[in-house]
Amino acid sequence: MFYYIVRRILLAVPTVLGVCLFTFLLFNVFASPEAIARKQLGKNPTTVQVKAWITAHGMDKPMFFNQKAGKDGRIHPLDSRFWNQMKELILFQFPESDYLHENVGDLIKEKIVPSLTITVPAFLLSIIATLPLALFVAYYRGTYLDRLALFICVILMSIVILNYIIVGQYLLAVVFKYFPIYGYEYGIGAWKFVLLPVILAVAAGLGGGLRFYRTVMLNEVRADYVRTAMAKGVSEGRILFKHVLKNAMIPILTTTVLSIPFLITGSLLLEMYFGIPGMGNLLLNAINNADFPIIRSLVYVYSLLYIAGSIVTDISYTLVDPRVTLE
Amino acid sequence: MAESHLHIAIKRIRKEKLAVAGFCVICLFALIALLDTVPAPYRDAGGMHFNRTVLDTLFQKPVERSYSPPLARTATLNRKEFTLKSTHVLGTNILGEDVLYDALKGVRTAFIIGIVPLIIASFFAVVFGLLAGYYGGWVDDVIQYVYQVLSSIPGILLLIAMLTVMERGIWQLCIALGVTSWVGLCRLIRGETLKVKNMEYVEAARALGASDGHLLFRQILPNVMYLVIIEMTLDFSGLVMSEAVLTYIGVGVEPGTGSWGRMILSADRELPNGIWWNLTGASIFLFLLVLAFNLFADVLRDALDPRLRKG
Repeated sequence: MFYYIVRRILLAVPTVLGVCLFTFLLFNVFASPEAIARKQLGKNPTTVQVKAWITAHGMDKPMFFNQKAGKDGRIHPLDSRFWNQMKELILFQFPESDYLHENVGDLIKEKIVPSLTITVPAFLLSIIATLPLALFVAYYRGTYLDRLALFICVILMSIVILNYIIVGQYLLAVVFKYFPIYGYEYGIGAWKFVLLPVILAVAAGLGGGLRFYRTVMLNEVRADYVRTAMAKGVSEGRILFKHVLKNAMIPILTTTVLSIPFLITGSLLLEMYFGIPGMGNLLLNAINNADFPIIRSLVYVYSLLYIAGSIVTDISYTLVDPRVTLE
Repeated sequence: MAESHLHIAIKRIRKEKLAVAGFCVICLFALIALLDTVPAPYRDAGGMHFNRTVLDTLFQKPVERSYSPPLARTATLNRKEFTLKSTHVLGTNILGEDVLYDALKGVRTAFIIGIVPLIIASFFAVVFGLLAGYYGGWVDDVIQYVYQVLSSIPGILLLIAMLTVMERGIWQLCIALGVTSWVGLCRLIRGETLKVKNMEYVEAARALGASDGHLLFRQILPNVMYLVIIEMTLDFSGLVMSEAVLTYIGVGVEPGTGSWGRMILSADRELPNGIWWNLTGASIFLFLLVLAFNLFADVLRDALDPRLRKG
């Protein structure tokens, strides 16, 4: 088990390096430093301004290998854009934001808590709400109730998340005034600002989730062990809740654990709409102000989270499936 | 063989009323998109012009001064009432433009966003998937490494990173969406190629001396094509919805291109003032198209996918 984890982490290293290389190419080759400087400086910058920006950000250095002598008269081959940017990311010495003039690492630390106060409850609640519903629908498989539930799922999936948020906010917060419309409070008072976004996130994911879990359950229902259990006279409810649910946990785990890193980006629109100062808002500001250091760092951080998530998923298989052993 | 296979699929689809209804709605939308593509030349003092489409001549209405509710005769601006130049079935927006016309203009954009990225993605997926599955060895390793890296970057972030680097525009959006969505299909095609390449008919063709190219594109490709078709119909609705979301957060299509996302964007300022028709118009169009595709795609998948065929 221990060796397996070590091996997986070592195997992840080339992937992480690949992500670094890809983001580097994206922000240095596909977009020239000059174009980035112009986007960043806004309306009609002078050539001098652009030049100054490029020098200040080290974007005038060679791409991969520096063959010129530095200030101390010696050649530093690794004093290039690629290696400098790699070093920043790999050592977690994040760059400074171009727009907010703060360290990106500090910004992430500051913004991650409000994001998590929405996404973690939404994530847990949607599992709690969807699983029993899926079992219920699987229990009535093939009946009109099942068909109706499936149809409702398709309808729910066909509504774009923007509509859930806009209509939900307007009806529940503006018209009926059950919830505050906008804002956030640090600490325990956050719950009243978080409640409505969480409800909307659960509602928006319900259709897709229910349909997916139902498919997983039905795949299990056709398995031999279910027929055996039925032949033995085990009650339908017991089969579903005891046997099927346990076996269905494997595909469910894969999708849920892998979706954890996406929790943070998933709330982009919710944060924007409800004024929650989280990661989504950070990203949105970065988009609007062409703040490339933030986007670059976020791509890296989330990729690390994703890779870690997939390793955790594989390990969690052993917890739910005794047939799987990791060596 | 191929024809009878297709026949069975069509027969299966025709049995499902909802799928047929979905297909009809898709055709209607496709017709609107087509009308918005065919130019309607007209002549005036400056000579011939080709900048208007058939849809423009049919649905473009005179521009009013500001908002007006659906089917109204008069509207108010700064507490002064003014009469409208024509009837607007879905009212007008803040600039006085007809909402129905705006929504109809969004159809073509939706189709471009739903189809072009999938063509790009399918191209990458088919070429890389076939090569990886067929040749194995280092080719497989390299291709697997590339998609491992790409799939480690959360999709929305990758999209945003690419779109902030590029200029804004519908074709740039298509490229970004295409580049970010080929990995899943590539994985499927690679797996299927691994299975198919050792089947008897491929072995037979190889024994007859067929070249690698013939085996890849004439023998194996037709037998993995169903994956491409299934993926395309399943992904269409997701892409159309992502256009709305991306335009909404500011990295989508450029102003001047019809977009349901932009129509929805203005809703948060409009709804509290009782202006609901802009949001409703865009939402209904978006909802209908996505619903139609979802209904159709499910049945199509069941009909085409041999893995799902029962007994």
